[in-house]
Amino acid sequence: MKLSDLATRLDLKVYTAGTPLERPVLGGYASDLLSDVIGHGRKDDLWVTMQIHPNIVAVAVLKELAGIVLVNGREPAPETLQQAEKEGVPVLGTRLGAFELAGRLYGLGIKGS
Amino acid sequence: MAAEDVYRQEFPVKGGDFAKAGTVACRIKELLKDLGLDVKTVRRAAIAAYEAEMNVIMYAWQGRMDLAVSPQEVRITVDDQGPGIADIELAMTEGYSTATPELRELGFGAGMGLPNIKRNSDVFHVDSQTGQGTRLEIIIRTNGYKP
Repeated sequence: MKLSDLATRLDLKVYTAGTPLERPVLGGYASDLLSDVIGHGRKDDLWVTMQIHPNIVAVAVLKELAGIVLVNGREPAPETLQQAEKEGVPVLGTRLGAFELAGRLYGLGIKGS
Repeated sequence: MAAEDVYRQEFPVKGGDFAKAGTVACRIKELLKDLGLDVKTVRRAAIAAYEAEMNVIMYAWQGRMDLAVSPQEVRITVDDQGPGIADIELAMTEGYSTATPELRELGFGAGMGLPNIKRNSDVFHVDSQTGQGTRLEIIIRTNGYKP
């Protein structure tokens, strides 16, 4: 499923207005530990996290993740957004917690490894 | 530079410079892609480089990463001036970390840095002098590189 479809169906807020959401999302990973995502995330995963600092963008670039969803209504730091727009990494958000969002993603066919 | 190296570059890394964290690893990934290395080698090298770069930023005062590429392998050598690693075997244990509570709140200090490097390299050596610094030698064998 495309990121744009997921954003619509789960009412996700899109923070990176200038970055296309046409990437396909092939799976998902939820973690707040960067090295855990580096170790276990897969290419084209949607990353569910509550970390909002700029280093999440570097992790997403290195792992070629489909995008990042910030949970619990947390908003990205300004430098994070700047970096994300520059690197073309979609950053979205939701008021839902990580468990609830992961459940809904799973319900839409987005699964873990 | 070894006789067969087709590319070599040095990158300085400053301890505590979180604003630039990950930029060396991203640069290395781009360079390896541009050199035409296979996707898997690029991905493994990028992960190893990221973890090594983060270790310098989190723990050391300053460091240097040296990238060398030959038709057979990617070598990343990291030298830092810093506190060093007192017990390397312990540091290689997944989940063990000496990160501060502040770093952990930011999602660092998962205790997976060195294990991630080991998993993504074919040869991995750690050498450290307490109170002086640490040297990492990382080798990733290439697959399908045509010079």
